[in-house]
Amino acid sequence: MITNILLCGVGGQGTLLASNLLAECTMRAGFDVKKSEVHGMAQRGGSVVSHVRFGPAIHAPLIRQGEADILLAFEELEALRWAEYLKPNGLVLVNRQRILPMSVSAGSSVYPTEIISLLEKLPARVRAVPALDIAKELGNQKCVNVVLLGVLARQLPAIDRPTWDAALRERIPAKLLDLNVKAFERGWNAA
Amino acid sequence: MEPTTSPGRAVLSGNAAIARGAWEAGVRFAAAYPGTPSTEILEHCGTYPEIDAQWAVNEKTALETALGACYGGARALCAQKHVGLNVAADPFFTASYTGVNGGFVIVSADDPGMHSSQNEQDNRFYARMAKVPLFEPSSSQEAKDMTAAAFLLSEQFDTPVLLRTTTRISHSEGIVTLGPRQEAPAREFTRNMAKYCVLPSNARQLHVKVEERMKALEDWACTCPWNRIEKGDPAVGIITSGISYAYAREVFPQASYLKLGFTNPFPAKLVREFAATVKTLIVIEENDPFLEEKVRALGLACIGKDRIPICGELNPDILARALPEFTVAPPPARVTMPSVEIPVRPPVLCPGCPHRGVFFLLRKLDVHVTGDIGCYSLGALPPHHAMHTIVCMGAAITNALGIEKAMHEKVHGKLVAVLGESTFIHSGITGLIDTVYNQGRHLTIILDNSITAMTGHQHNPASGYTLKGKPTHRLNLAKICEAAGVKHVTTVDPFDLKALEAAIKEGLAAPEPSVLITKRPCILLKGYKPEQHVVRLNRVKCVKCGQCWKAGCPAIERDPVDGKTVINATLCVHCGVCARICRPGAITQDNGGQS
Repeated sequence: MITNILLCGVGGQGTLLASNLLAECTMRAGFDVKKSEVHGMAQRGGSVVSHVRFGPAIHAPLIRQGEADILLAFEELEALRWAEYLKPNGLVLVNRQRILPMSVSAGSSVYPTEIISLLEKLPARVRAVPALDIAKELGNQKCVNVVLLGVLARQLPAIDRPTWDAALRERIPAKLLDLNVKAFERGWNAA
Repeated sequence: MEPTTSPGRAVLSGNAAIARGAWEAGVRFAAAYPGTPSTEILEHCGTYPEIDAQWAVNEKTALETALGACYGGARALCAQKHVGLNVAADPFFTASYTGVNGGFVIVSADDPGMHSSQNEQDNRFYARMAKVPLFEPSSSQEAKDMTAAAFLLSEQFDTPVLLRTTTRISHSEGIVTLGPRQEAPAREFTRNMAKYCVLPSNARQLHVKVEERMKALEDWACTCPWNRIEKGDPAVGIITSGISYAYAREVFPQASYLKLGFTNPFPAKLVREFAATVKTLIVIEENDPFLEEKVRALGLACIGKDRIPICGELNPDILARALPEFTVAPPPARVTMPSVEIPVRPPVLCPGCPHRGVFFLLRKLDVHVTGDIGCYSLGALPPHHAMHTIVCMGAAITNALGIEKAMHEKVHGKLVAVLGESTFIHSGITGLIDTVYNQGRHLTIILDNSITAMTGHQHNPASGYTLKGKPTHRLNLAKICEAAGVKHVTTVDPFDLKALEAAIKEGLAAPEPSVLITKRPCILLKGYKPEQHVVRLNRVKCVKCGQCWKAGCPAIERDPVDGKTVINATLCVHCGVCARICRPGAITQDNGGQS
């Protein structure tokens, strides 16, 4: 069986590190894995997305529309933008954070209100997580990505906890490890 | 970025896998100019101590240097994005004639879908036109394996080899089995005028050799392990290569496949054999009908670009929609989306970007602006609206010169060419010499942010460091401009909007070419911490004039209730550009607006 996870957010939120750790852990857990994302211009505050697919054998690195088992959204508007990739009754894990696109901050378009309740009206299971607040409580809002990775990890029984812990220890620089271990733990328990 | 030198398995991007393949094949030299989606190939090469990896000033110097390294006996690699090979095309074509000494592999990373590019050219045609063998990997594992194989093939057939990836190969990741490094046998560089000096008399002989080589390579293409038949349902036979193979396998798992990894010269005999075993033949490839034209030239009927789009990248959904009668499963069920307008989120200049003030002023002064390739291309977008043309690396200056030649006094005093320092070094210098020589008079603004920013911060001659982080000579941009013959060369801090506006006006008024260098590091530059004077907003004084919104800063928002300006404290880096723009004095900076 193949598991498809779509991670989306805004350039600069750290989706790349999260998707890298996810792909690494799926390999360590014995799966084949493919991952795809676009670098470059998108990093400058644009909409960013990573496709991660794992299972016994994977060909395409891209998830088809209607085939994402889990949508991990780092920002509310991006959750709405990418929700059409969801499998009916798929799981949406959404960070309670809004980052205004330039057109909204300049007043030429409107940021939709009540995104969480719009998502709840889809045939989907929705969990909104205050990951930014958790990261701020930990003293560094940049670790919001690892909080969200913890939230996601709890939903993936195919990868055990020691696999995650080992990957974090090996991939995160020593001076940031403590913070990120705490962030992961808070995410794990928030789910 | 860590080198992956341990054996075993790792999740690698296509780009990291190419670097690993080069390292395992004993490569000693690699060069490139950065360009998405190719940049990380050289960054990864640079992590291996055995590879002398360097940023070149452009793709042509990169290819020529790597070619020189291969003449000198080293296995050598150069890499570029698709449009980069246009810049390097001159030596590329002739390298096909001279052949190699050490193995020589050229990587072209194409960008179907134009995620980060100005066109969607299909560089497989370069291989056909230059008569160079061509590999097209379909995964990270193949990217590594084919890179290593390409070096052996290069030496076996005395030819440069083109390895062509696309964004979804370069930037997708998959599991790769790693091997040890194998040092290449040493090769002497001996005088061989008939081979290395392409005088017409020699080149005529070399061309004959090239044609013989291509014949021999066609036989190789039909028997090599990179082109294989995967037997399935004989009703449907699919010929495909690169990432398209991965998509097709996903959507048509039952079909028979001719999976091509080596596509120039075209394996005609193998294609005929395969076609004879299947009922309907389909050619699936991204962008142009590179394989399909060859299949049709053999007199074989096939489905191809009559059904599959040429424009944009492919994906499994597009293939399923284009060829529904060959799918085995119905398309996935979809969730119905609420009918809400979702605002787009295009990339923007970062808060604290040193380019912001330049575009604010160019818009305010209502001048003609020829732009170039870099982060600052975003200056064309709203709310900046400060660019009239963007073509290719270095074109800003020469486009401006041409506009002057067509429009004369209509644009005198109103024409500005804008480009970054890395782009100026890449191919703007020649245009500036042209401008002085041919008596143009526009203003050139060089945005010097101390790094090649858009591709993710690579060093260049003006940063003073090499790819491996070693200090080196730092190019003096002002002196280069002066040496070209520009008499008005000014350098200003782009956060100082008063001085910047005065310098732009002065440059425009000059009756001869002038250059303005705006010097301030990219706000994201590692280790750069500008002195911060706090920016404050007094909402009582805000009259909603909208000046600050024209700066296009992500940290400046509009209150949805009263319409006044709000500064997003999470995003603001206190550069103070908005404080210097604000007319009623609602936004101020603690140092009184001095930069």
